Amino acid sequence: MNRALILGGALSALMVIAALLSFVWTPFDHGAMNIPDKLQTPNSTHWFGTDHFGRDMLSMIMVGARTSIAVACVAVGIGIGLGVPLGLWAAARQGGWVDEVIMRGNDLIFAFPSLVIAILITAVFGAGAINAIIAIGIFNIPVFARVTRGGALPLWAREFILAARVAGKGAARISIEHILPNIANLLIVQATIQFSLGILAEAALSYVGLGAQPPTPSWGRMLADAQTLVSIAPHMALVPGMAIILTVLGLNLLGDGLRDALDPKLRVARI
Amino acid sequence: MLRYTLKRLLSLFISLAIASLLIFAVIEVAPGDPASFMLGINAQEDTLAALRVELGIDQPKWQRYLSWVGGMVQGDFGTSYQYRTPVAEMIADRLWVSLPLALYALTLSTIIAFPAGIYAASRRGKAGDVGVMGATQVGIAIPNFWFAMMLVLIFAINLRWFSAGGFAGWDKGVFAAMKSLTLPAIALALPQAAILARVMRSSLLDVLDEDFMRTARAKGLSRGAALRRHGLRNAMIPVLTILGLQFSFLLAGGIIIEQVFYLPGLGRLIFQSISARDLIVVESVTMLLVFAVITVNFLVDLAYAAVDPRLRART
Amino acid sequence: MSLLSINGLSLSIAGAPILRDVSLSLASREVVAVTGESGSGKSMTALAVMQLLPARSEATGAITLDGHEMLELDEATLCTLRGDLAGMVFQEPMTALNPVQTIGAQVSETVRLHRPDLNPQSRAREVLDRVGLESIPLSRYPHELSGGQRQRVVIAIAIACGPKLLIADEPTTALDVTTQAQILTLLKRLAAEDGMGLLMITHDLAVVAEMADRIVVMRHGEVVEAGDTPALLADPQHPYTQALLAASNHRVDLPGGAEQAPLLRVQNVVRDYTLPRTKLFVPAGTHRAVDNVSFDIKRGERLGLVGESGCGKSTLTRAILGLEPVQDGSITLDGTPVTDPSVRRKMQVVFQDPYGSFNPRHQVARLITEPFHLLDSPPRDHDVRIESALTDVGLSPDDAQKYPHQFSGGQRQRLAIARALMIRPELVIFDEAVSALDVSVRAQILDLIAELCRQYDLTYLFISHDLSVVRTITDRVMVMQKGRIVEAGQTEAVFSDPQHPYTRQLIDAAPQLPLHETTRARSLP
Repeated sequence: MNRALILGGALSALMVIAALLSFVWTPFDHGAMNIPDKLQTPNSTHWFGTDHFGRDMLSMIMVGARTSIAVACVAVGIGIGLGVPLGLWAAARQGGWVDEVIMRGNDLIFAFPSLVIAILITAVFGAGAINAIIAIGIFNIPVFARVTRGGALPLWAREFILAARVAGKGAARISIEHILPNIANLLIVQATIQFSLGILAEAALSYVGLGAQPPTPSWGRMLADAQTLVSIAPHMALVPGMAIILTVLGLNLLGDGLRDALDPKLRVARI
Repeated sequence: MLRYTLKRLLSLFISLAIASLLIFAVIEVAPGDPASFMLGINAQEDTLAALRVELGIDQPKWQRYLSWVGGMVQGDFGTSYQYRTPVAEMIADRLWVSLPLALYALTLSTIIAFPAGIYAASRRGKAGDVGVMGATQVGIAIPNFWFAMMLVLIFAINLRWFSAGGFAGWDKGVFAAMKSLTLPAIALALPQAAILARVMRSSLLDVLDEDFMRTARAKGLSRGAALRRHGLRNAMIPVLTILGLQFSFLLAGGIIIEQVFYLPGLGRLIFQSISARDLIVVESVTMLLVFAVITVNFLVDLAYAAVDPRLRART
Repeated sequence: MSLLSINGLSLSIAGAPILRDVSLSLASREVVAVTGESGSGKSMTALAVMQLLPARSEATGAITLDGHEMLELDEATLCTLRGDLAGMVFQEPMTALNPVQTIGAQVSETVRLHRPDLNPQSRAREVLDRVGLESIPLSRYPHELSGGQRQRVVIAIAIACGPKLLIADEPTTALDVTTQAQILTLLKRLAAEDGMGLLMITHDLAVVAEMADRIVVMRHGEVVEAGDTPALLADPQHPYTQALLAASNHRVDLPGGAEQAPLLRVQNVVRDYTLPRTKLFVPAGTHRAVDNVSFDIKRGERLGLVGESGCGKSTLTRAILGLEPVQDGSITLDGTPVTDPSVRRKMQVVFQDPYGSFNPRHQVARLITEPFHLLDSPPRDHDVRIESALTDVGLSPDDAQKYPHQFSGGQRQRLAIARALMIRPELVIFDEAVSALDVSVRAQILDLIAELCRQYDLTYLFISHDLSVVRTITDRVMVMQKGRIVEAGQTEAVFSDPQHPYTRQLIDAAPQLPLHETTRARSLP
């Protein structure tokens, strides 16, 4: 059985459950400051310790997971929602001007260092989760467009597509009926990868103060808070760091596992 | 080859033109008037007007765009709103931190990734492969700025081998300067090395399945010799793409790492300028970074052609 | 004393048995052909001799090559033997050469490895001259050569050090028939001149009928029969060999076609492709894929179209299907242009690749009813139609719920035919419809087509590069070369008395099995 899939799925599920659970319950109020209890190392009351304001780290991690997941989710949604149709369109008009314009546009977005542009956007339009989402989402569009086109092009040369054309079906209908289901695997795998990249990007933006703003907790800002205190309270950096690493690792393993599990060639071989 | 180069060069200029337009447009729609920001809310209207003339922001938009681009071509990046010094001068100082950092990190990443990727490919499916791949899986998941903090904690605070931050400056000698860039470079390089090693491995494995590798073996080349003489060069094509992307990522990723290590690089400059709403600096630094990335992509395209004769023929 | 002897070779890959107790031998100057259908293990036998087997292979038995026990040698010794004692030629010349190295470098590398006494460059030149590439400089890259030329380079690599054994694994399968004839002649000549043993692996008995001294027939990893070529062809002992020979020479019994008014009219059709611009300020050139082609297909007629790759037959097919615009001329079905949507329901197509012609994610019922999309409303007897269509092509009605991967290549081709006939089209186009099939399966599909002719009064255009197939399945045939129809006429007349030099060249180049009464009488089990 696929170990990557199980481990990745478990880690990803753990984060999602933590985020969902935080809506109804957290060990402490994530925003409640309690200066006497500040900078506690992990103990039986505060499992992940407390920060410099005495806030419970576990509660903050749980609520922060919400931010990370929401930002990454919407950013991936933007990428899929715009990138996939563009990619399908480009593939259906292979070699035509539509294809050319879409792909050149993609190249152009790739030419921008994504983080710089994300910083530029949040700097100009103001820091905040919404702008972070847009900034990350924009760079997901060419990724999905490219993957979609790359997966669709060889399919367009396949004979079952020709057969569908002989059956009188138009490009849009063929794209939805034949192309999309056959590249769904590719897109799912890519989505998990972009999801993990989104979580990393959100953390980076929050770390430099351009992501979710206080009082919304976020893992990146927890790390920013930890930076000056890392020598006296290393757990303040370790806890959010491990949360990010485990989530991203889980998503990447999930992506790898899904790719193996969904690969039709492998499935046929197993039957 | 010449035709291919010219064609790539043309697309380089088109990309630069569109990129400059986009950056200019984004900065243009940014709310706030730099003149009133610089002089504060109590400024007199006539002083504001005079400052606007001095900064050149009273002119029509297209004229300002042209003079901005025209200036950059001649190396004139405008004058900082905040410090009233030429932006070019400010950038030049910072570039001598950011560029060496990116190159240092790229070198480290390559030195680590190539042998790791080749080793994993040659041990496909065995313990060595699984080990390297597991390590890269974790490496990809680590945010570089967090890794940077951990490096500071271990090597600067506990072991005291390096200073926790700051830049010695090139006038203190190459060794001192490089030493202060070492931890940042490692922090930047390791996660990138993990990605590069994976690409190297999968690209090599793809090549190993090619028919011409069997032809090479049928000639009497050993597995290793066939890989070196026929596999590597073919496998380099996808690896080059990633190397190009990584350079731009390292240049930009440096922005955040510079924050961790308090390095006076382009990243610090961008953040300082953003908080001071010194948009002309933001605009020019962004354009410079985009220019660097597009140029690197151009060089990667040329490298493709050097590696792959089919590309030279096609265009 | 034989040069190569394989004794009781058994092979398994990752635990799955591939070869069982294979024995064969080959002497110097001898040409031995190993033949069999896909999955017979013929290629693995060849790779076993070179010890270039895939990972996780386990071989038992003995392979003795010029006194060397190949199964017992270590890798380093094997490397000194490969390319020196034995050279190998592969099936796919397009991918068998390293795309980023010049052909000179690739040929001279073999010399450098095994013959340090020779000047690699001049030896490479010498060998390339010998394989007929006198005019090709050493500095060329593989992509600058044609498929036939590349195969010559692969052969040059294999013979550069003067090996005693040359193994050719399907060396001409990927090539056109005229190129195939040249490569076969070349291999035979080289083997004779150098006194090499030649081990030919092929699925096509006709290819080796003229050149092999002995034939080894394999099936499911076992040798079923071996013997001298004339004897084996004249009097095959094993039922499988008999069936294989019968299938290779298979003739179908085509019912008489009623000739009436023209159904499809192709008039002066021209299709140009714009070539990629080579110079910035010079207008892009064009390639004329179809050049002023005119013909009719009459109702009930079975028309063949033959030609080599790149002759324009695929473009013409797509134009007839209305999938490709034409620059000049007209294509009409019953007087209506084929680009008109109403014509689409009157035409259906069966493609070459049985694995690529179905969406792997749909069930058979959905796949074969896709043409219903062309009707104004799906027929009410939907399920009955699926059932009868499946029965008509020799499948079971239960198959409707299966997925394509659950069928073999031949069965998928039956499904493709079922799909094409679903809406009772007036014209069916078979585009290389049997080219990817093993001979025995091909014979069955040809029989099926003949049977359906009786049942449905089919009119079809049968496109193929395989002359023997076209000869048996069509009434009339057209020969296409460089975008033009160079000859057209009644099939038997064209084949027995070709008028155009190109037609003659094609027919002469096509390998033919000698006909023996014994094989003709027997049919498939």
